[in-house]
Amino acid sequence: MEIVNFTPLSAFIGGLLIGYSALIFYLLNGRIAGISGILSNIFLSKTNWVDNVLFTIGIIIGPFLYKIFINNEVKFSISTSVDTLIIAGLLVGFGTKLGGGCTSGHGVCGIGRLSPRSIVATLVFMLTAILTVFVKGLVS
Amino acid sequence: MNTKLASGIAGIIFGLGLTVSGMINPEKVLGFLNIFGAWDPSLILVMGGALLVTTPMFFLSKNKQKPMLCETFSLPTLTKVDSKLILGASIFGIGWGLIGLCPGPAIASLAMLNTHSLIFVGSMIAGFVIQKILNF
Repeated sequence: MEIVNFTPLSAFIGGLLIGYSALIFYLLNGRIAGISGILSNIFLSKTNWVDNVLFTIGIIIGPFLYKIFINNEVKFSISTSVDTLIIAGLLVGFGTKLGGGCTSGHGVCGIGRLSPRSIVATLVFMLTAILTVFVKGLVS
Repeated sequence: MNTKLASGIAGIIFGLGLTVSGMINPEKVLGFLNIFGAWDPSLILVMGGALLVTTPMFFLSKNKQKPMLCETFSLPTLTKVDSKLILGASIFGIGWGLIGLCPGPAIASLAMLNTHSLIFVGSMIAGFVIQKILNF
């Protein structure tokens, strides 16, 4: 195994911030910071609509603040076809809705709550994602 | 302070965390998923850092009667591992592995002002709606 591009300190600090965001959302609003749920409910439910919209807008403002106050150069790169983008987006939307959560709701909050469903879900999506990357590597 | 303001603040901190950690970049996430190749373990520390905050928080707040800004805690009601959970998580993982974007970073990446993110987020929202309509 070859380790590349490892950025432990910034990863850890970023992780603490994500955890702190989930803490605020739970202790103040009593809700789980699961992004697939927050985003999908903007389109599928009237409950907490304004809260969900503001949380989502906040997620977009965060990177802008980082660019303005911390570092203007944010690494970002997607190299893929539009077809793959659409298929992947559909799978992520459909799958997270069916499975009741994504990396944040199951991974960060659910595991933190020691929920068996979230622990299983996280292991499963990590596994299928790793396999997908492995198969992609074989094909290309 | 009300729940709306708290939601906005929590969202901003979440977006900052995704940017600081590098998770806003799908290439970095793919580097983590590439365990059998050139591997970037950073995502483990992102989840570790987040869990270091959430795990004690959920444990210590177990006996709290209500949140600070509203009347009740809303926690998931499902407790059993069922086939929908497994199938949903499997499908999500395949989509995640194809591009390296999951819902949080996908939204955050809209701040990078590129059409790829917009197409992905649009398709993801379509995926939510299709699942709801099919009531699968």
